[in-house]
Amino acid sequence: MRADGRIDTGRVVIYALLAVFAAYYLLPLYVVLTTSFKPMDEVRAGNLLALPQAWTVEPWLKAWHSACTGVDCRGLQPFFWNSVKMVVPAVLISTLIGALNGYVLTMWRFRGSEILFTLLLVGCFIPFQAVLLPMARLLGQFGLANTTTGLIFVHVVYGIAFTTLFFRNFYVAVPDELIKAARIDGAGFFLTFRRIVLPLSGPIFVVSIIWQFTQIWNDFLFGVAFAGGQSAPVTVALNNLVNTSTGVKEYNVDMAGAVIAAAPTLFVYIVAGRYFVRGLTAGAVKG
Amino acid sequence: MASLTLSQICKTFPNGVEVLKGIDIAIEDGDLLILVGGSGCGKSTLLNIIAGLETLTSGTVKIGDRVVNNLSPKDRDIAMVFQSYALYPSMTVRDNIAFGLQIRRVPIDKQTEIIQRVADMLQIGHLLDRKPRQLSGGQRQRVAMARALAREPSLFLFDEPLSNLDAKLRVEVRAEIKQMHERLGATIVYVTHDQIEAMTLGDHIAVMKDGVVQQLGDPQTIYDSPANLFVAGFIGSPSMNFLRGKLAAVGSGLAFEAEHEGRHVPLPLPAVPAAAKQWVGREVILGLRPERITDPDSRQGFNTLDCRIDLIEPTGPDTLVYTKLNGAKVGCRVRPGAARHAGESMLLAFDMSRAVLFDPGTESRIR
Repeated sequence: MRADGRIDTGRVVIYALLAVFAAYYLLPLYVVLTTSFKPMDEVRAGNLLALPQAWTVEPWLKAWHSACTGVDCRGLQPFFWNSVKMVVPAVLISTLIGALNGYVLTMWRFRGSEILFTLLLVGCFIPFQAVLLPMARLLGQFGLANTTTGLIFVHVVYGIAFTTLFFRNFYVAVPDELIKAARIDGAGFFLTFRRIVLPLSGPIFVVSIIWQFTQIWNDFLFGVAFAGGQSAPVTVALNNLVNTSTGVKEYNVDMAGAVIAAAPTLFVYIVAGRYFVRGLTAGAVKG
Repeated sequence: MASLTLSQICKTFPNGVEVLKGIDIAIEDGDLLILVGGSGCGKSTLLNIIAGLETLTSGTVKIGDRVVNNLSPKDRDIAMVFQSYALYPSMTVRDNIAFGLQIRRVPIDKQTEIIQRVADMLQIGHLLDRKPRQLSGGQRQRVAMARALAREPSLFLFDEPLSNLDAKLRVEVRAEIKQMHERLGATIVYVTHDQIEAMTLGDHIAVMKDGVVQQLGDPQTIYDSPANLFVAGFIGSPSMNFLRGKLAAVGSGLAFEAEHEGRHVPLPLPAVPAAAKQWVGREVILGLRPERITDPDSRQGFNTLDCRIDLIEPTGPDTLVYTKLNGAKVGCRVRPGAARHAGESMLLAFDMSRAVLFDPGTESRIR
C-alpha cells in the first residue's frame, strides 16, 4: 500500500513472485518431513503432499539406530558421531589458522605477502576432484588413510583458503593505529593478537565457523574418498542407507535419515544465521 | 624528559617514492615541536620514524644521548597519541591505561597509583570502568592522553590528535595540551595540518613540504618572516596576499608599484632588505598580510588607495573585505563599522612596514 492508500501493483507482483519462490524451496522440505512421519502403507498409497494420517516416529528411530548401511545395521548413529568428531576439530583448527593468517597478512605485512594472499585465494577455486589422487597418496604416506584424523587434515588444508580470506578482509578494516599503539605499549606479535585483535573478531568467527561447519558437515566427496568403512561421516552413511535395499524401499526411513544428516547445518544456520549476515557485512571496527 | 635530535633523516619507500629528503631538527628538553604541512609532506612519516614504527633509509634519531635508530618502539621510552586515539575497543579505560604497564611488569599497587594519578590529572576518574565505545570523542581523546602519560616517557608524540574533534572542543583540548606541556615540562613532537594549532601550541614550528623542512623557527618569526612563498601562504588565516609587480626606486628608498585603476601607484617600502636593491625595475612578489591593509582610521599615516570591494566576510571582531590589485584577489581586515558593501568603494591604508618580497622564480624570500 502506498501512503495515499492505493495498492501498488509493482509490490503485489514482487510479493507474489517471492511467495512462489519460497514455496518452490519449501515444498521439498515439506515432503521430506511429512513422509518421514508416515507409516509405509501410507507412503505406498502415493499421495505425496498429504499429511500423515497416523503419525509415527518409527522411521526416525529406525534411521537413527537400526537401519542398515551396507552390512552394518546400527543406523546412522555411529556415523553421525563420526561427523561430529571430524567437524568440530576441523572447523576450530581451520578457523584459528585463518585468523592468524589474516592477522599476519594485514598487520605484519612482509615482502611478497600480497602475492601469498593471491595464491591462497586460488586455493578457493581448486575443484575437489583435482586434489583427490594426490591427497589420497599423501594420506597413505602419513598412514592416515581411512581415518577421521586424515579427514580432519584434508578439511583443514582445504578450509584455510576460505578462512584466511574471511579474516584478512575483516582485519583490513581494523585501524592500523591500534596495532601501532600496541607496539608502542610493548606488546609483541602474539600478545597483540590475543589481547587486541581476537577480542574484536567475534562477528567474523561466527561467519567462518558457520561457513566451515556447513561445508565440512555436508561434504560427501572427501568423506567417501578418504574415510570409508567405520570412520565414514554421516553423509556417506546416508548414501549407503539409501542405496541398501533389502526388498522394500523404505522411503520414510530414507527421509528421516536425510533430515538427521541435515539437521546440524539447519540448526546452526537458524540459530546463528543473522550473525552470519551481520558478520559478513561488518565493516570498520569502531573504537 | 629528553632532547630530540634528528640528523639527515631520509626515507624512500620501496616503490621509489622519496618522502623525506634530509631532515635536520634538534629540540631541547622540554620543547614542543610542531611538524606542520599539507597532506603528503612527510610529517606523519617523520613522526613514525621517531616512534620506531617506520624504518629510516638513512640518518640518525637521537632521544637524549641515545641513538635509537635500531631500537623497537617499546625501548625508545616514548608514548604516542593517535588521530583515531587507537583505544583498545575490547578493554575498559582502566585496562587501556594499564596495558602498557602490565607488559612492563609494573607492580600492581604501583599500577593502581599511576592510573589514579593520570585519571585525576585528566578528570576521567568516573570513566575508568567504561569501554571506549561508551565515550564521547573528547573523552576518548583524554583517555588516549592518559594512556600516554601513564608511561612517563621521555618523549611524547602526537599525531593530529585534535582532528576528530568538533571545532569548540578542539580549542579547549588544544589549551589543555599546552597547559599540560607547561606543567609537566614534557618534550613533545606534535604533527598537525592545521596552521592555527601550530601557531598556538608550538615553541618551534617546522613547516614541511615535499619531504623538506621549509622553515624551522618560533611561531612569531615564521609568521612575520617566512622563508619562502609556501611558508608565507601556509601560515596565517586568511592567507597572506601576494601581489606581482615591479620594484621602483623612489628617492633614496624603494617602492612597490601597485596598479590601481590603470595607474601605477608606488607604495613605499620603509624597511627593505639589502638584496632588494638589485631588483629595481624587475618583477617581484610582494607579500602583505590582510591585517596590514585596513581602513585609514585604524592605521594612520600610511598610503591609501580607493578600492572597489568585491566581497565582504564579517567575522565579528573584524570584517574581511576583498578587492583586486595587480590582478590578484586581496584580502583586507577592517573594523566592522568601516566596511562597505560589495560593489562600493572604500579607502584602504597599506602598512608596508611588514611587507616581504619574494623572488618569482625561486619563490624564496628576498632578504
